[in-house]
Amino acid sequence: MAMTVQLDVVSAEEKIFSGLVESVQVTGSEGELGILPFHAPLLTTLKPGMVRIVKQFGEEHVIYVAGGVLEVQPDTITVLADVAVRGEDLDEQAALDAQKRAEEAMQHAGADFNYAEAAAQLAEAIAQLRIIQKMRKK
Amino acid sequence: MAGGKEIKSKIGSINNTRKITSAMEKVAVSKMRKAQDRVAATRPYAEGMRKVIGNVANGSLEYRHPYLADREVKRVGYIVISTDRGLCGGLNTNEFKKVALELKSWKDKGVDAQFAVIGNKATAFFKRFGGKVVAQQAGSGDVPRLADVIGSVKVMLQAFNEGRIDRLFLVYNKFVNTMKQEPVIDQLLPLPKADIEQKAHNWDYLYEPDPKPILDMLLDRFVESQVYQGVVENSASEHAARMVAMKAATDNAGNLMDDLKLVYNKARQAAITQELSEIVAGAAAVG
Repeated sequence: MAMTVQLDVVSAEEKIFSGLVESVQVTGSEGELGILPFHAPLLTTLKPGMVRIVKQFGEEHVIYVAGGVLEVQPDTITVLADVAVRGEDLDEQAALDAQKRAEEAMQHAGADFNYAEAAAQLAEAIAQLRIIQKMRKK
Repeated sequence: MAGGKEIKSKIGSINNTRKITSAMEKVAVSKMRKAQDRVAATRPYAEGMRKVIGNVANGSLEYRHPYLADREVKRVGYIVISTDRGLCGGLNTNEFKKVALELKSWKDKGVDAQFAVIGNKATAFFKRFGGKVVAQQAGSGDVPRLADVIGSVKVMLQAFNEGRIDRLFLVYNKFVNTMKQEPVIDQLLPLPKADIEQKAHNWDYLYEPDPKPILDMLLDRFVESQVYQGVVENSASEHAARMVAMKAATDNAGNLMDDLKLVYNKARQAAITQELSEIVAGAAAVG
């Protein structure tokens, strides 16, 4: 029987694969990598591409990952997969968008968010009215 | 029979409200279950990350990442996660109260704060409360995606790297159980020591390409996954809180209806009695 090693493929949102495998093939940042059981400890980043898995008893399985990190220990392999293709410029864009939204929200509010604010102010006003009424009764 | 009709229509309207609140309760129950599953699904990734970062931090001592080093606190950053919608009891209010208290204690020490807000309620709160909001995100819906938090996290990480904040905290509602949700403030950066497993070992990884970029990427991803976990957990809390609030509202509506029915029946009975006595009195007068 072929030797096997425990493989876990996980992303921040879900567990994608977990089980015993005979070998794994991934696209590392420096090129294709094939990992067999008892590989030396290795840490590398992954490029978007296929993870080809040969499961115990020879069954093949292919998973697409959009990048991430591969960690290899002699007895376990972990793929920490990204949920979407990432790039410095894409992240930068997301950050700028978040900043712009903050500025917009703080300056001129949209319809929806005005409503939330109005509701909060209304609740405050009602509370104040109640106190005034109570004081008048006394 | 004064007010009989009014009472009847009041009962009808309360009954309609009760139908709505009980439907919302049922929806919240099923959404909460799904959200709980999502919370469980995020755990393996964070655990894997923690293990790898622990190994790297121990293995390659020549490179100290800024996220791991404590520095003097002059300014702090908060990522505040709230819900988008209301009708979930005191969930958001309790959370904001906790933030406000903590801010006060920072202010007393002369420390400035800035915020990244996730969720409409937090946006509205900080608009009234005042405070420097540097990033905003809302409308993640019931199935939050990691992509939703990347922007806000990136803004805060940049601020940390450039020294505009010295500490970063995450505020969200922790899901304890269906009856209990607790607002918590977790420190994200610098990484608390307990987060990193300290296990002495005398081996190191083979790095491809270098330890530095891999560690940079790992730590960024780790912070993102922590925030994402907060978002998912907050969403489970939201649905649990809404479920409880709607259950209470449904029960209250039922009680109100019972009371009103009693009033209605009394009024009806009084009217009948009065009518009877009028007839009897009339008959007596004739006879």
